Amino acid sequence: MTEPVVLLDSVDKTFGDGTANQVHALKNINLSIGRNEFVSLIGPSGCGKSTLLRVIGDLISPSAGTAQINGKNARQARLDREYGMVFQAATLYDWRTVAKNVQLPLELMKYPKEKKEQRTREMLELVELSDFAGHFPWQLSGGMQQRVAIARALAFEPSILLMDEPFGALDEMTRERLNLELLDIWRKTNTTVVFVTHSITEAVFLSTRVIVMSARPGRITQDIPIDLPQPRGVETRENVRFFELETQVREALRESERPTP
Amino acid sequence: MSERSQRIVAPIVIFVVIFLAWEGLVTALRIEQFLLPKPTAILSNLVRVIRIDTADTTVLADNEAAALLRVNRLLVDLPGDISPEVLAPLEEAHIAEFRQGSRRVLLSRGVNLTPILQASWYTLKEALGGLALGGIAGVLVALATARWTATREALLPFAIAANSMPIIAFAPIFNNWFGIDNPFSKMAIVAVMVFFPLMINTVRGLVSVPPRSLELMRSYAASEFAILFKARIPNALPYLFSGLKVAGALAMIGAIVGEYFGGPRIALGVFITQEAALFRFASAWAAIFSACLMGISIYLLILLAERLAMPWHSSFRE
Ligand SMILES: Nc1ncnc2c1ncn2[C@@H]1O[C@H](COP(=O)(O)OP(=O)(O)O)[C@@H](O)[C@H]1O
Ligand SMILES: [Mg+2]
Repeated sequence: MTEPVVLLDSVDKTFGDGTANQVHALKNINLSIGRNEFVSLIGPSGCGKSTLLRVIGDLISPSAGTAQINGKNARQARLDREYGMVFQAATLYDWRTVAKNVQLPLELMKYPKEKKEQRTREMLELVELSDFAGHFPWQLSGGMQQRVAIARALAFEPSILLMDEPFGALDEMTRERLNLELLDIWRKTNTTVVFVTHSITEAVFLSTRVIVMSARPGRITQDIPIDLPQPRGVETRENVRFFELETQVREALRESERPTP
Repeated sequence: MSERSQRIVAPIVIFVVIFLAWEGLVTALRIEQFLLPKPTAILSNLVRVIRIDTADTTVLADNEAAALLRVNRLLVDLPGDISPEVLAPLEEAHIAEFRQGSRRVLLSRGVNLTPILQASWYTLKEALGGLALGGIAGVLVALATARWTATREALLPFAIAANSMPIIAFAPIFNNWFGIDNPFSKMAIVAVMVFFPLMINTVRGLVSVPPRSLELMRSYAASEFAILFKARIPNALPYLFSGLKVAGALAMIGAIVGEYFGGPRIALGVFITQEAALFRFASAWAAIFSACLMGISIYLLILLAERLAMPWHSSFRE
Protein backbone atom coordinates (compact mmCIF):
# COMPACT_ATOMS: atom_id res chain seq x y z
CA MET A 1 0.00 0.00 0.00
CA THR A 2 1.16 3.53 -0.72
CA GLU A 3 1.94 5.98 2.00
CA PRO A 4 -1.16 7.14 3.89
CA VAL A 5 -2.43 10.66 3.34
CA VAL A 6 -3.52 11.07 6.94
CA LEU A 7 -1.86 9.08 9.68
CA LEU A 8 -2.86 9.56 13.31
CA ASP A 9 -0.84 7.70 15.89
CA SER A 10 -2.17 7.45 19.50
CA VAL A 11 -3.59 10.97 19.37
CA ASP A 12 -4.89 12.30 22.67
CA LYS A 13 -6.35 15.71 23.33
CA THR A 14 -7.32 17.18 26.68
CA PHE A 15 -8.62 20.74 26.89
CA GLY A 16 -7.92 22.76 30.02
CA ASP A 17 -5.62 20.15 31.44
CA GLY A 18 -5.38 20.39 35.21
CA THR A 19 -8.25 22.87 35.54
CA ALA A 20 -11.72 22.31 36.98
CA ASN A 21 -13.35 22.15 33.54
CA GLN A 22 -10.89 19.77 31.97
CA VAL A 23 -12.30 17.92 28.95
CA HIS A 24 -10.79 14.74 27.61
CA ALA A 25 -11.84 15.31 24.00
CA LEU A 26 -9.89 12.61 22.18
CA LYS A 27 -8.49 9.35 23.49
CA ASN A 28 -5.97 7.14 21.74
CA ILE A 29 -7.00 7.86 18.15
CA ASN A 30 -5.27 5.68 15.58
CA LEU A 31 -6.37 6.31 12.04
CA SER A 32 -4.84 5.83 8.63
CA ILE A 33 -6.47 7.31 5.55
CA GLY A 34 -5.19 6.36 2.11
CA ARG A 35 -5.02 8.39 -1.07
CA ASN A 36 -8.37 9.11 -2.68
CA GLU A 37 -10.41 7.77 0.20
CA PHE A 38 -13.60 9.50 1.26
CA VAL A 39 -13.82 9.04 5.01
CA SER A 40 -16.73 10.21 7.12
CA LEU A 41 -16.54 10.78 10.86
CA ILE A 42 -19.84 10.25 12.59
CA GLY A 43 -20.73 10.31 16.26
CA PRO A 44 -22.82 12.06 18.89
CA SER A 45 -22.41 15.78 19.26
CA GLY A 46 -19.46 16.67 21.47
CA CYS A 47 -17.57 13.45 20.80
CA GLY A 48 -14.59 15.29 19.36
CA LYS A 49 -15.16 15.18 15.59
CA SER A 50 -14.30 18.83 15.10
CA THR A 51 -11.37 18.50 17.45
CA LEU A 52 -10.03 15.56 15.45
CA LEU A 53 -10.33 17.51 12.22
CA ARG A 54 -8.50 20.45 13.79
CA VAL A 55 -5.71 18.18 14.95
CA ILE A 56 -5.32 16.90 11.39
CA GLY A 57 -5.24 20.48 10.13
CA ASP A 58 -2.72 21.56 12.81
CA LEU A 59 -5.14 24.19 14.06
CA ILE A 60 -4.62 22.73 17.52
CA SER A 61 -1.88 20.39 18.61
CA PRO A 62 -2.59 17.06 20.26
CA SER A 63 -1.76 16.58 23.94
CA ALA A 64 -0.09 13.31 23.02
CA GLY A 65 0.55 11.31 19.87
CA THR A 66 1.37 12.52 16.36
CA ALA A 67 -0.46 13.53 13.22
CA GLN A 68 1.16 13.07 9.83
CA ILE A 69 -0.16 14.38 6.54
CA ASN A 70 1.31 13.18 3.27
CA GLY A 71 4.31 11.89 5.19
CA LYS A 72 5.04 15.26 6.80
CA ASN A 73 4.21 16.38 10.28
CA ALA A 74 0.89 18.23 10.47
CA ARG A 75 2.51 21.61 10.90
CA GLN A 76 4.66 21.29 7.81
CA ALA A 77 1.66 20.06 5.85
CA ARG A 78 -0.32 23.12 6.90
CA LEU A 79 2.53 25.41 5.92
CA ASP A 80 2.64 23.62 2.56
CA ARG A 81 -1.12 24.19 2.18
CA GLU A 82 -1.88 20.54 1.70
CA TYR A 83 -5.50 20.80 2.76
CA GLY A 84 -8.57 22.98 2.42
CA MET A 85 -10.85 23.33 5.42
CA VAL A 86 -14.59 23.94 5.50
CA PHE A 87 -15.69 24.93 8.98
CA GLN A 88 -18.96 24.14 10.67
CA ALA A 89 -19.91 27.83 10.41
CA ALA A 90 -19.27 29.46 7.05
CA THR A 91 -16.68 31.88 8.51
CA LEU A 92 -16.86 34.38 5.67
CA TYR A 93 -15.33 37.82 5.97
CA ASP A 94 -18.10 40.41 6.25
CA TRP A 95 -16.07 43.02 4.40
CA ARG A 96 -15.49 40.88 1.34
CA THR A 97 -17.95 40.20 -1.41
CA VAL A 98 -18.78 36.60 -2.27
CA ALA A 99 -16.20 36.57 -5.06
CA LYS A 100 -13.56 38.21 -2.85
CA ASN A 101 -14.19 35.64 -0.14
CA VAL A 102 -13.62 32.82 -2.59
CA GLN A 103 -10.45 34.56 -3.73
CA LEU A 104 -8.99 34.88 -0.25
CA PRO A 105 -6.79 31.74 -0.35
CA LEU A 106 -5.78 32.52 -3.93
CA GLU A 107 -4.62 35.97 -2.87
CA LEU A 108 -2.62 34.50 -0.02
CA MET A 109 -1.07 32.00 -2.39
CA LYS A 110 -0.21 34.75 -4.85
CA TYR A 111 -2.15 33.40 -7.81
CA PRO A 112 -1.79 35.57 -10.90
CA LYS A 113 -4.79 37.86 -11.40
CA GLU A 114 -6.12 36.09 -14.45
CA LYS A 115 -6.02 32.63 -12.91
CA LYS A 116 -7.47 33.96 -9.69
CA GLU A 117 -10.48 35.40 -11.43
CA GLN A 118 -10.97 32.36 -13.58
CA ARG A 119 -10.88 29.99 -10.61
CA THR A 120 -13.32 32.21 -8.73
CA ARG A 121 -15.72 32.17 -11.66
CA GLU A 122 -15.49 28.39 -11.96
CA MET A 123 -16.02 27.83 -8.26
CA LEU A 124 -19.01 30.15 -8.07
CA GLU A 125 -20.50 28.38 -11.04
CA LEU A 126 -19.96 25.07 -9.30
CA VAL A 127 -21.88 26.13 -6.20
CA GLU A 128 -24.39 28.02 -8.38
CA LEU A 129 -23.73 31.43 -6.94
CA SER A 130 -22.48 33.21 -10.04
CA ASP A 131 -25.27 35.76 -9.77
CA PHE A 132 -24.20 36.65 -6.25
CA ALA A 133 -20.52 37.32 -6.92
CA GLY A 134 -20.85 40.97 -5.90
CA HIS A 135 -23.06 40.41 -2.87
CA PHE A 136 -21.88 40.68 0.71
CA PRO A 137 -22.24 37.67 3.05
CA TRP A 138 -25.05 39.25 5.06
CA GLN A 139 -27.16 39.40 1.92
CA LEU A 140 -27.06 35.60 1.62
CA SER A 141 -28.97 32.85 3.37
CA GLY A 142 -27.08 30.48 5.68
CA GLY A 143 -27.03 27.77 3.05
CA MET A 144 -25.67 30.11 0.41
CA GLN A 145 -22.96 31.26 2.80
CA GLN A 146 -21.93 27.68 3.36
CA ARG A 147 -21.72 27.13 -0.39
CA VAL A 148 -19.37 30.12 -0.62
CA ALA A 149 -17.21 28.52 2.08
CA ILE A 150 -17.08 25.30 0.04
CA ALA A 151 -16.15 27.19 -3.10
CA ARG A 152 -13.40 28.92 -1.14
CA ALA A 153 -11.99 25.62 0.15
CA LEU A 154 -11.97 24.10 -3.33
CA ALA A 155 -10.59 27.16 -5.07
CA PHE A 156 -6.92 26.32 -4.66
CA GLU A 157 -7.36 22.62 -5.47
CA PRO A 158 -5.94 21.17 -2.25
CA SER A 159 -5.18 17.46 -2.29
CA ILE A 160 -7.03 16.99 1.01
CA LEU A 161 -10.41 18.40 1.95
CA LEU A 162 -11.31 18.61 5.64
CA MET A 163 -15.01 19.29 5.96
CA ASP A 164 -16.77 19.87 9.25
CA GLU A 165 -20.51 19.30 8.77
CA PRO A 166 -20.46 21.48 5.68
CA PHE A 167 -24.04 20.70 4.68
CA GLY A 168 -25.52 20.65 8.16
CA ALA A 169 -27.32 23.96 7.69
CA LEU A 170 -28.69 23.24 4.23
CA ASP A 171 -32.12 22.12 3.17
CA GLU A 172 -32.53 18.54 2.00
CA MET A 173 -32.67 19.35 -1.73
CA THR A 174 -29.56 21.50 -1.74
CA ARG A 175 -27.76 19.03 0.43
CA GLU A 176 -28.42 16.15 -1.96
CA ARG A 177 -27.37 18.17 -4.96
CA LEU A 178 -24.18 19.31 -3.24
CA ASN A 179 -23.49 15.72 -2.18
CA LEU A 180 -23.45 14.75 -5.83
CA GLU A 181 -21.32 17.75 -6.71
CA LEU A 182 -18.86 16.86 -3.99
CA LEU A 183 -18.58 13.28 -5.23
CA ASP A 184 -18.01 14.61 -8.70
CA ILE A 185 -15.23 16.90 -7.52
CA TRP A 186 -13.70 14.13 -5.45
CA ARG A 187 -13.62 11.75 -8.43
CA LYS A 188 -12.27 14.31 -10.88
CA THR A 189 -9.59 15.81 -8.69
CA ASN A 190 -8.14 12.85 -6.85
CA THR A 191 -8.80 14.55 -3.56
CA THR A 192 -8.85 12.78 -0.25
CA VAL A 193 -11.83 13.86 1.84
CA VAL A 194 -12.31 13.74 5.60
CA PHE A 195 -15.91 14.60 6.18
CA VAL A 196 -17.70 15.16 9.48
CA THR A 197 -21.43 14.64 9.48
CA HIS A 198 -24.43 14.03 11.71
CA SER A 199 -26.37 12.28 8.99
CA ILE A 200 -26.11 8.52 8.61
CA THR A 201 -27.57 8.66 5.11
CA GLU A 202 -25.07 11.28 4.02
CA ALA A 203 -22.15 9.36 5.52
CA VAL A 204 -23.08 6.10 3.77
CA PHE A 205 -23.92 7.75 0.47
CA LEU A 206 -20.69 9.70 0.19
CA SER A 207 -18.03 7.62 1.85
CA THR A 208 -15.72 4.78 1.09
CA ARG A 209 -15.35 4.37 4.85
CA VAL A 210 -17.34 5.50 7.87
CA ILE A 211 -15.56 6.02 11.20
CA VAL A 212 -17.94 5.80 14.16
CA MET A 213 -16.93 7.69 17.28
CA SER A 214 -18.19 7.76 20.85
CA ALA A 215 -18.18 10.54 23.39
CA ARG A 216 -16.41 11.31 26.67
CA PRO A 217 -13.68 10.64 25.94
CA GLY A 218 -13.93 10.75 22.15
CA ARG A 219 -12.60 7.59 20.55
CA ILE A 220 -13.07 5.46 17.48
CA THR A 221 -15.42 2.54 18.10
CA GLN A 222 -15.93 1.19 14.59
CA ASP A 223 -14.46 1.49 11.15
CA ILE A 224 -17.03 0.45 8.53
CA PRO A 225 -15.99 0.08 4.87
CA ILE A 226 -18.73 1.19 2.48
CA ASP A 227 -18.56 -1.17 -0.46
CA LEU A 228 -21.26 0.46 -2.61
CA PRO A 229 -20.36 0.62 -6.30
CA GLN A 230 -18.80 3.76 -7.73
CA PRO A 231 -19.73 6.15 -9.22
CA ARG A 232 -22.61 6.80 -6.91
CA GLY A 233 -25.78 8.49 -8.06
CA VAL A 234 -29.47 8.70 -7.37
CA GLU A 235 -29.78 4.95 -7.92
CA THR A 236 -27.30 4.28 -5.09
CA ARG A 237 -29.97 5.24 -2.58
CA GLU A 238 -32.22 2.50 -3.92
CA ASN A 239 -29.56 -0.19 -3.57
CA VAL A 240 -30.44 -2.85 -0.94
CA ARG A 241 -26.84 -2.75 0.24
CA PHE A 242 -27.31 0.98 0.97
CA PHE A 243 -30.00 0.17 3.55
CA GLU A 244 -27.93 -2.62 5.07
CA LEU A 245 -24.98 -0.26 5.53
CA GLU A 246 -27.22 2.47 6.98
CA THR A 247 -28.50 -0.03 9.53
CA GLN A 248 -24.98 -1.13 10.33
CA VAL A 249 -23.85 2.45 10.99
CA ARG A 250 -26.97 3.19 13.01
CA GLU A 251 -26.35 0.17 15.21
CA ALA A 252 -22.71 1.04 15.63
CA LEU A 253 -23.74 4.51 16.75
CA ARG A 254 -26.28 3.15 19.21
CA GLU A 255 -23.68 0.80 20.61
CA SER A 256 -21.11 3.56 20.95
CA GLU A 257 -23.55 5.61 23.01
CA ARG A 258 -23.85 2.90 25.59
CA PRO A 259 -21.84 3.78 28.68
CA THR A 260 -18.55 1.95 28.73
CA PRO A 261 -17.45 0.10 31.82
CA MET B 1 -43.17 59.41 3.03
CA SER B 2 -40.15 57.26 2.35
CA GLU B 3 -37.91 56.29 5.22
CA ARG B 4 -35.06 58.21 3.72
CA SER B 5 -36.85 61.53 3.38
CA GLN B 6 -38.28 61.01 6.84
CA ARG B 7 -34.77 60.78 8.20
CA ILE B 8 -33.96 64.14 6.66
CA VAL B 9 -37.24 65.92 7.42
CA ALA B 10 -37.49 64.86 11.07
CA PRO B 11 -34.37 66.69 12.28
CA ILE B 12 -35.39 69.82 10.34
CA VAL B 13 -38.80 69.82 11.99
CA ILE B 14 -37.19 69.38 15.41
CA PHE B 15 -34.78 72.21 14.68
CA VAL B 16 -37.60 74.56 13.66
CA VAL B 17 -39.62 73.63 16.74
CA ILE B 18 -36.66 74.31 19.05
CA PHE B 19 -35.97 77.61 17.29
CA LEU B 20 -39.57 78.77 17.66
CA ALA B 21 -39.87 77.57 21.25
CA TRP B 22 -36.66 79.36 22.20
CA GLU B 23 -37.75 82.58 20.51
CA GLY B 24 -41.21 82.32 22.07
CA LEU B 25 -40.01 81.58 25.59
CA VAL B 26 -37.43 84.36 25.64
CA THR B 27 -40.09 86.80 24.46
CA ALA B 28 -42.88 85.53 26.71
CA LEU B 29 -40.76 85.30 29.85
CA ARG B 30 -39.02 88.61 29.06
CA ILE B 31 -35.64 87.09 29.58
CA GLU B 32 -32.88 89.68 29.44
CA GLN B 33 -30.85 89.63 26.25
CA PHE B 34 -27.60 89.28 28.15
CA LEU B 35 -28.87 86.14 29.86
CA LEU B 36 -30.16 84.46 26.74
CA PRO B 37 -30.50 86.26 23.42
CA LYS B 38 -33.30 85.35 21.06
CA PRO B 39 -32.19 83.17 18.16
CA THR B 40 -33.34 85.88 15.76
CA ALA B 41 -31.05 88.33 17.56
CA ILE B 42 -28.15 85.93 17.22
CA LEU B 43 -28.89 85.43 13.55
CA SER B 44 -29.35 89.11 12.80
CA ASN B 45 -26.07 89.78 14.55
CA LEU B 46 -24.45 87.85 11.77
CA VAL B 47 -25.83 90.16 9.07
CA ARG B 48 -25.56 93.57 10.63
CA VAL B 49 -24.32 96.73 9.11
CA ILE B 50 -20.66 97.02 9.69
CA ARG B 51 -19.02 98.50 6.67
CA ILE B 52 -18.85 102.08 5.63
CA ASP B 53 -17.47 102.67 2.23
CA THR B 54 -16.39 106.08 1.23
CA ALA B 55 -16.57 106.56 -2.47
CA ASP B 56 -14.44 109.60 -2.90
CA THR B 57 -12.66 110.55 0.24
CA THR B 58 -10.44 112.89 -1.73
CA VAL B 59 -13.15 115.53 -1.79
CA LEU B 60 -13.82 115.21 1.88
CA ALA B 61 -12.51 117.76 4.21
CA ASP B 62 -9.38 116.63 5.91
CA ASN B 63 -10.92 116.25 9.30
CA GLU B 64 -13.93 114.43 7.87
CA ALA B 65 -11.77 111.97 6.04
CA ALA B 66 -9.83 111.39 9.18
CA ALA B 67 -13.04 110.81 11.08
CA LEU B 68 -14.21 108.22 8.53
CA LEU B 69 -10.91 106.45 8.52
CA ARG B 70 -11.06 106.30 12.25
CA VAL B 71 -14.54 104.82 12.13
CA ASN B 72 -13.45 102.33 9.53
CA ARG B 73 -10.49 101.26 11.56
CA LEU B 74 -12.65 101.01 14.60
CA LEU B 75 -14.97 98.69 12.77
CA VAL B 76 -12.19 96.60 11.40
CA ASP B 77 -10.57 96.39 14.78
CA LEU B 78 -13.70 95.38 16.54
CA PRO B 79 -14.94 92.09 15.23
CA GLY B 80 -18.41 91.07 16.09
CA ASP B 81 -21.18 93.21 17.35
CA ILE B 82 -21.09 96.96 16.75
CA SER B 83 -22.31 98.83 19.71
CA PRO B 84 -25.06 101.37 19.17
CA GLU B 85 -22.70 104.06 20.40
CA VAL B 86 -20.63 103.60 17.30
CA LEU B 87 -23.47 103.29 14.86
CA ALA B 88 -25.81 105.98 16.06
CA PRO B 89 -23.63 109.01 15.36
CA LEU B 90 -22.74 107.56 11.98
CA GLU B 91 -26.27 107.07 10.93
CA GLU B 92 -27.67 110.25 12.29
CA ALA B 93 -25.04 112.89 11.90
CA HIS B 94 -22.25 111.95 9.53
CA ILE B 95 -24.19 110.21 6.86
CA ALA B 96 -26.79 112.88 6.53
CA GLU B 97 -24.14 115.52 6.53
CA PHE B 98 -22.05 113.83 3.86
CA ARG B 99 -25.07 113.29 1.66
CA GLN B 100 -25.98 116.92 1.82
CA GLY B 101 -22.58 117.93 0.72
CA SER B 102 -22.95 115.58 -2.29
CA ARG B 103 -20.06 113.54 -1.10
CA ARG B 104 -21.06 110.03 -1.69
CA VAL B 105 -20.75 108.00 1.41
CA LEU B 106 -22.26 104.62 1.21
CA LEU B 107 -23.45 102.84 4.21
CA SER B 108 -23.55 99.31 2.99
CA ARG B 109 -25.12 96.32 4.56
CA GLY B 110 -22.36 93.85 5.12
CA VAL B 111 -21.97 90.79 7.17
CA ASN B 112 -20.60 90.41 10.61
CA LEU B 113 -19.74 86.90 9.60
CA THR B 114 -16.15 87.62 8.62
CA PRO B 115 -14.51 87.78 12.06
CA ILE B 116 -16.44 84.75 13.25
CA LEU B 117 -15.60 82.83 10.09
CA GLN B 118 -11.95 83.77 10.38
CA ALA B 119 -11.80 82.73 14.01
CA SER B 120 -13.70 79.52 13.26
CA TRP B 121 -11.32 78.60 10.46
CA TYR B 122 -8.33 79.24 12.70
CA THR B 123 -9.72 77.04 15.46
CA LEU B 124 -10.92 74.37 13.03
CA LYS B 125 -7.37 74.06 11.74
CA GLU B 126 -6.15 73.54 15.31
CA ALA B 127 -8.81 70.92 15.99
CA LEU B 128 -8.18 69.03 12.74
CA GLY B 129 -4.41 69.27 13.12
CA GLY B 130 -4.62 67.84 16.62
CA LEU B 131 -7.07 65.18 15.50
CA ALA B 132 -4.72 64.11 12.72
CA LEU B 133 -1.66 64.04 14.98
CA GLY B 134 -3.36 62.21 17.85
CA GLY B 135 -5.28 59.93 15.48
CA ILE B 136 -2.23 58.81 13.53
CA ALA B 137 -0.28 58.26 16.73
CA GLY B 138 -3.17 56.33 18.31
CA VAL B 139 -3.59 54.02 15.33
CA LEU B 140 0.15 53.41 14.99
CA VAL B 141 0.51 52.54 18.66
CA ALA B 142 -2.54 50.27 18.38
CA LEU B 143 -1.02 48.49 15.38
CA ALA B 144 2.22 48.03 17.29
CA THR B 145 0.41 46.54 20.28
CA ALA B 146 -1.59 44.21 18.05
CA ARG B 147 1.69 42.70 17.00
CA TRP B 148 3.39 42.66 20.40
CA THR B 149 0.95 41.26 22.90
CA ALA B 150 3.19 42.04 25.89
CA THR B 151 3.20 45.73 24.98
CA ARG B 152 -0.56 45.66 24.76
CA GLU B 153 -1.00 44.04 28.16
CA ALA B 154 1.27 46.66 29.64
CA LEU B 155 -0.20 49.67 27.84
CA LEU B 156 -3.91 49.05 27.77
CA PRO B 157 -4.73 49.49 31.49
CA PHE B 158 -2.65 52.66 31.45
CA ALA B 159 -4.46 53.95 28.37
CA ILE B 160 -7.87 53.19 29.84
CA ALA B 161 -6.94 55.05 33.02
CA ALA B 162 -5.61 57.97 31.00
CA ASN B 163 -8.77 58.01 28.92
CA SER B 164 -10.89 58.64 32.01
CA MET B 165 -8.81 61.65 33.08
CA PRO B 166 -9.90 65.22 32.21
CA ILE B 167 -6.93 65.82 29.93
CA ILE B 168 -8.27 69.29 29.13
CA ALA B 169 -7.11 70.31 32.62
CA PHE B 170 -3.58 70.25 31.24
CA ALA B 171 -4.41 73.01 28.72
CA PRO B 172 -2.70 75.85 30.65
CA ILE B 173 0.40 73.67 30.97
CA PHE B 174 0.45 72.98 27.24
CA ASN B 175 -0.05 76.70 26.58
CA ASN B 176 2.98 77.32 28.73
CA TRP B 177 5.07 74.62 27.06
CA PHE B 178 4.41 75.48 23.43
CA GLY B 179 3.56 79.19 23.69
CA ILE B 180 0.15 80.62 24.27
CA ASP B 181 -0.10 82.15 20.77
CA ASN B 182 1.33 79.10 19.05
CA PRO B 183 -1.47 77.06 17.48
CA PHE B 184 0.58 73.97 18.23
CA SER B 185 -0.18 74.35 21.94
CA LYS B 186 -3.87 73.73 21.12
CA MET B 187 -3.09 70.99 18.61
CA ALA B 188 -1.02 69.22 21.23
CA ILE B 189 -3.78 69.19 23.83
CA VAL B 190 -6.24 67.99 21.18
CA ALA B 191 -3.81 65.29 20.07
CA VAL B 192 -3.43 63.97 23.61
CA MET B 193 -7.20 64.05 24.12
CA VAL B 194 -8.03 62.07 20.97
CA PHE B 195 -5.09 59.68 21.24
CA PHE B 196 -6.56 57.47 23.96
CA PRO B 197 -10.07 56.74 22.66
CA LEU B 198 -8.65 56.08 19.19
CA MET B 199 -5.90 53.83 20.42
CA ILE B 200 -8.15 51.86 22.77
CA ASN B 201 -10.86 51.38 20.17
CA THR B 202 -8.41 50.34 17.48
CA VAL B 203 -6.71 47.84 19.77
CA ARG B 204 -10.10 46.34 20.61
CA GLY B 205 -10.92 46.01 16.93
CA LEU B 206 -7.58 44.45 16.09
CA VAL B 207 -7.78 41.80 18.79
CA SER B 208 -11.49 41.01 18.64
CA VAL B 209 -11.26 39.01 15.40
CA PRO B 210 -13.40 35.88 15.83
CA PRO B 211 -11.18 32.85 16.60
CA ARG B 212 -12.61 30.97 13.59
CA SER B 213 -11.50 33.75 11.26
CA LEU B 214 -7.98 33.42 12.58
CA GLU B 215 -8.11 29.62 12.26
CA LEU B 216 -9.13 30.06 8.64
CA MET B 217 -6.05 32.22 8.08
CA ARG B 218 -3.94 29.68 9.91
CA SER B 219 -5.25 26.91 7.69
CA TYR B 220 -3.91 28.89 4.70
CA ALA B 221 -0.57 29.33 6.50
CA ALA B 222 -1.06 33.09 6.15
CA SER B 223 1.74 35.32 7.39
CA GLU B 224 1.25 37.65 10.37
CA PHE B 225 1.39 40.49 7.89
CA ALA B 226 -1.41 39.02 5.77
CA ILE B 227 -3.49 38.32 8.88
CA LEU B 228 -3.05 41.94 9.95
CA PHE B 229 -4.12 43.38 6.62
CA LYS B 230 -6.77 40.88 5.59
CA ALA B 231 -8.38 40.08 8.93
CA ARG B 232 -7.38 42.37 11.78
CA ILE B 233 -7.50 45.78 10.14
CA PRO B 234 -10.83 45.27 8.34
CA ASN B 235 -12.22 43.92 11.59
CA ALA B 236 -10.95 47.02 13.41
CA LEU B 237 -12.53 49.54 11.01
CA PRO B 238 -15.92 49.77 12.75
CA TYR B 239 -14.12 50.21 16.09
CA LEU B 240 -11.83 52.82 14.61
CA PHE B 241 -14.77 54.82 13.31
CA SER B 242 -16.66 54.73 16.58
CA GLY B 243 -13.45 55.97 18.22
CA LEU B 244 -13.21 58.71 15.57
CA LYS B 245 -16.72 59.93 16.32
CA VAL B 246 -15.80 60.40 19.97
CA ALA B 247 -12.46 61.95 18.99
CA GLY B 248 -14.08 64.41 16.55
CA ALA B 249 -16.20 65.91 19.33
CA LEU B 250 -13.22 65.94 21.70
CA ALA B 251 -11.12 67.78 19.12
CA MET B 252 -13.44 70.81 18.98
CA ILE B 253 -13.78 70.85 22.76
CA GLY B 254 -10.02 70.62 23.22
CA ALA B 255 -9.26 73.43 20.78
CA ILE B 256 -11.86 75.87 22.10
CA VAL B 257 -11.37 75.23 25.80
CA GLY B 258 -7.60 75.38 25.23
CA GLU B 259 -8.19 78.84 23.79
CA TYR B 260 -10.28 79.87 26.78
CA PHE B 261 -7.07 79.64 28.75
CA GLY B 262 -5.45 82.07 26.34
CA GLY B 263 -4.48 82.41 22.70
CA PRO B 264 -4.26 84.88 19.85
CA ARG B 265 -7.20 87.25 19.29
CA ILE B 266 -8.08 85.51 16.08
CA ALA B 267 -8.93 82.25 17.87
CA LEU B 268 -12.60 81.36 18.34
CA GLY B 269 -12.28 80.56 22.05
CA VAL B 270 -10.61 83.90 22.67
CA PHE B 271 -13.25 85.65 20.56
CA ILE B 272 -16.03 84.08 22.62
CA THR B 273 -14.48 85.03 25.96
CA GLN B 274 -13.81 88.59 24.78
CA GLU B 275 -17.29 89.12 23.36
CA ALA B 276 -18.79 87.77 26.57
CA ALA B 277 -16.55 89.99 28.67
CA LEU B 278 -17.73 93.02 26.64
CA PHE B 279 -21.38 92.01 27.12
CA ARG B 280 -21.79 91.35 23.40
CA PHE B 281 -23.65 88.16 24.10
CA ALA B 282 -25.41 87.83 20.77
CA SER B 283 -22.02 87.83 19.09
CA ALA B 284 -20.65 85.32 21.60
CA TRP B 285 -23.64 83.09 20.95
CA ALA B 286 -23.14 83.34 17.22
CA ALA B 287 -19.54 82.21 17.65
CA ILE B 288 -20.65 79.36 19.88
CA PHE B 289 -23.09 78.26 17.18
CA SER B 290 -20.30 78.33 14.68
CA ALA B 291 -18.31 76.01 16.97
CA CYS B 292 -21.33 73.71 17.23
CA LEU B 293 -21.76 73.68 13.46
CA MET B 294 -18.11 72.75 13.01
CA GLY B 295 -18.46 69.93 15.52
CA ILE B 296 -21.49 68.60 13.67
CA SER B 297 -19.71 68.95 10.32
CA ILE B 298 -16.73 66.96 11.58
CA TYR B 299 -19.12 64.28 12.78
CA LEU B 300 -20.93 64.16 9.43
CA LEU B 301 -17.63 63.95 7.56
CA ILE B 302 -16.58 61.01 9.71
CA LEU B 303 -19.95 59.39 9.02
CA LEU B 304 -19.44 59.87 5.29
CA ALA B 305 -15.91 58.46 5.45
CA GLU B 306 -17.26 55.50 7.39
CA ARG B 307 -19.80 54.77 4.71
CA LEU B 308 -17.19 54.98 1.98
CA ALA B 309 -14.67 52.88 3.89
CA MET B 310 -17.01 50.07 4.85
CA PRO B 311 -20.12 49.88 2.73
CA TRP B 312 -20.47 46.30 3.92
CA HIS B 313 -21.08 47.19 7.53
CA SER B 314 -24.29 46.10 9.28
CA SER B 315 -25.17 49.65 10.33
CA PHE B 316 -25.81 50.56 6.68
CA ARG B 317 -28.01 47.58 5.88
CA GLU B 318 -31.35 48.63 4.48
N1 LIG C 1 -11.16 25.03 22.55
C1 LIG C 1 -11.77 24.21 23.43
N2 LIG C 1 -11.60 24.39 24.75
C2 LIG C 1 -12.20 23.59 25.64
N3 LIG C 1 -12.99 22.55 25.32
C3 LIG C 1 -13.21 22.30 24.01
C4 LIG C 1 -12.61 23.13 23.00
N4 LIG C 1 -13.00 22.68 21.79
C5 LIG C 1 -13.80 21.62 22.05
N5 LIG C 1 -13.91 21.38 23.37
C6 LIG C 1 -14.66 20.28 24.02
O1 LIG C 1 -14.23 19.09 23.44
C7 LIG C 1 -15.33 18.22 23.23
C8 LIG C 1 -15.39 17.85 21.77
O2 LIG C 1 -15.76 18.98 21.02
P1 LIG C 1 -15.96 18.95 19.45
O3 LIG C 1 -14.73 18.40 18.85
O4 LIG C 1 -16.36 20.30 19.01
O5 LIG C 1 -17.18 17.94 19.28
P2 LIG C 1 -18.05 17.61 17.98
O6 LIG C 1 -17.49 18.36 16.84
O7 LIG C 1 -17.95 16.15 17.82
O8 LIG C 1 -19.45 18.00 18.29
C9 LIG C 1 -16.56 18.94 23.71
O9 LIG C 1 -16.86 18.47 25.02
C10 LIG C 1 -16.14 20.37 23.75
O10 LIG C 1 -16.82 21.06 24.77
MG1 LIG D 1 -18.31 19.89 15.68
